[in-house]
Amino acid sequence: MLPEPLLEIKQLKKFYDIKTGWFQPKQQVKAVDDVSFTVYKGETFGLVGESGCGKSTTGRAILRLQEMTSGEIWFQGENIAGLSYEKMRKLRRKMQMVFQDPYASLNPKKTILQILTEPLRVHGLYSQEERVKKAIEILEIVGLSEYHLHSYPHEFSGGQRQRIGIAKAVILQPELIIADEPVSALDVSIQSQVINLLLKLQRDFQLTYVFISHDLGVVRHITDRVGVMYLGKLVELAQTEDIFTDPKHPYTKALLSAVPITHPDEEKDRVILAGDVPSPLNPPQGCTFHPRCPDCMMICKTEKPPVIDLGNHVVACHMYST
Amino acid sequence: MGKESPLLEVKQLQTHIKTAGGVVKAVNGVDLTVYAGETLGIVGESGCGKSVTSLSVMGLLPKPMAYVERGHILFDGRDITELPEKEMRKLRGNEISMIFQEPMTSLNPVFTIGQQLSEPLRQHTSLNKKQIRTKIIEMLRSVGIPRAEQIIDEYPHQLSGGMRQRAMISLAMLCEPKLLIADEPTTALDVTIQAQILQLMREIKQEKKMSILLITHDLGVVAEMCDRVVVMYAGQVVENADVRTIFNSPKHPYTRGLLASMPNSNERKGELKSIPGSVPRPDELPQGCTFAPRCPQAVEKCWQERPPLLSLTHQFCRCWLYTHEHQEVAAHAT
Repeated sequence: MLPEPLLEIKQLKKFYDIKTGWFQPKQQVKAVDDVSFTVYKGETFGLVGESGCGKSTTGRAILRLQEMTSGEIWFQGENIAGLSYEKMRKLRRKMQMVFQDPYASLNPKKTILQILTEPLRVHGLYSQEERVKKAIEILEIVGLSEYHLHSYPHEFSGGQRQRIGIAKAVILQPELIIADEPVSALDVSIQSQVINLLLKLQRDFQLTYVFISHDLGVVRHITDRVGVMYLGKLVELAQTEDIFTDPKHPYTKALLSAVPITHPDEEKDRVILAGDVPSPLNPPQGCTFHPRCPDCMMICKTEKPPVIDLGNHVVACHMYST
Repeated sequence: MGKESPLLEVKQLQTHIKTAGGVVKAVNGVDLTVYAGETLGIVGESGCGKSVTSLSVMGLLPKPMAYVERGHILFDGRDITELPEKEMRKLRGNEISMIFQEPMTSLNPVFTIGQQLSEPLRQHTSLNKKQIRTKIIEMLRSVGIPRAEQIIDEYPHQLSGGMRQRAMISLAMLCEPKLLIADEPTTALDVTIQAQILQLMREIKQEKKMSILLITHDLGVVAEMCDRVVVMYAGQVVENADVRTIFNSPKHPYTRGLLASMPNSNERKGELKSIPGSVPRPDELPQGCTFAPRCPQAVEKCWQERPPLLSLTHQFCRCWLYTHEHQEVAAHAT
């Protein structure tokens, strides 16, 4: 069976203008620079990278929570990049988001019932009684109970709040859920509970996830394919197992080797990267990774690397262009 | 264990915090020892009392809300629990120093790096201005900060997260302390920067032969850095052992649960093993074992009586399951 593409991102760009002074020319931060990928129905697509690499901006741009500078977003065969605000609002019934911080993303003045029925109300679905019934149903699915309906967010722990955040996204039965670091703010023992919940919901509702995270252990566990981002660019994209067992791009190699060992007797060949991520305000010429790259060549300093398809494994690096 | 001399000994420490809802026992009878030249890890989830323990050692508790109710803290054989503030200041930054989780909030934004780094030297040494400046530049270089001569006159906001944490480490290392307390030193950093900082801490430890008390929730960091591990839950030590023993044969159900819930130890896409429920709030601790409500192996006794810290062959463990194989009761918490 051929996988059916649900979401196609084509040459997505998001630039921010930075004012430097009255008469100075504006500077541009290229937060997302020419990113393209496809997400197939029913899969979990991971986006990984360090802070500031543009993974969250990409996620928000897909939902048009942030207007992009240019590019196309094809969702179920329709380019949604130019849709009006109203149409986009209707479309978000099918694409929902789970945010990182369960403390900041729930309205503290609303009860759980109000929080959960709001998306249904906005989209004009069901009658009042049915909405309450739906809310109870979804609460039970995410491991809470009817008893919690009239509580406020502050009465819950971090893990429970994230369950509510997930319930709020799933109650509309969307096709696509963009999860932006959904487990990063949680304790280890709670993290695994929430990951289990996400996996269960995917099985039960045939959800497609775009899973944004910097935690490579979690990404390896939950995703089918992974895109690695560095300074606004997608540097590598492949099946999860391929990325983790046979990384091609020097950045991916370094990123994987930096993950802490899981047992004190484990030996690991470390590629310790020198320096920090450069400022996106004036990224390096040529390949943006070249100042930190252990395999840097002459050509990397001047020319942007081409995107090379090695058969199901896409990498943007001069090393693989023969 | 027991060959080297203990540098820091915490005995039956109880730290209480006064809140509007009554007194919270944030740390409830903690025993731990850091030997000279070793790295001891304290592992636990938020609210288990690991940070309060470290603040008690440093004498940095927000008084008068938080105070040491009972117990002793011995540093180099000297009881520092009741030390007056003036004496404590001679110790702090000089013989014990601390690095914090968030380098942006722990550096003062209105002073340059140089101004902040000269403070411990002015306090604890008799160097003159010029000597202080050379020493700081030397220190900044040794922690891998490029352009140290310029960075010394820059403000914290001009540095990146990794650079700030390096500056924090150099601040802590200036007086060559015997003990470095690191409270989640890499939690706010990216993985590649985390690897750099951990590497740096290992090198400094090797070179200066100091001890590190590393507080973290990340078992990966523990596996990388620590010689021995103390696992805390709800204000108490539940397990205390060699790092290999913790990873190879953990005894306490909580330690086992933590290790099992790491994604790497589970089949991909499969159900992760997890600990049900969540950490109890300090004001609603159960009467028996604090972990009993979440424990898969809890028996009747666990709900009634709090278990003592048992001394087993390779480790200490606070669990009723092992009463038949223990040798002696190491400590009994109330």
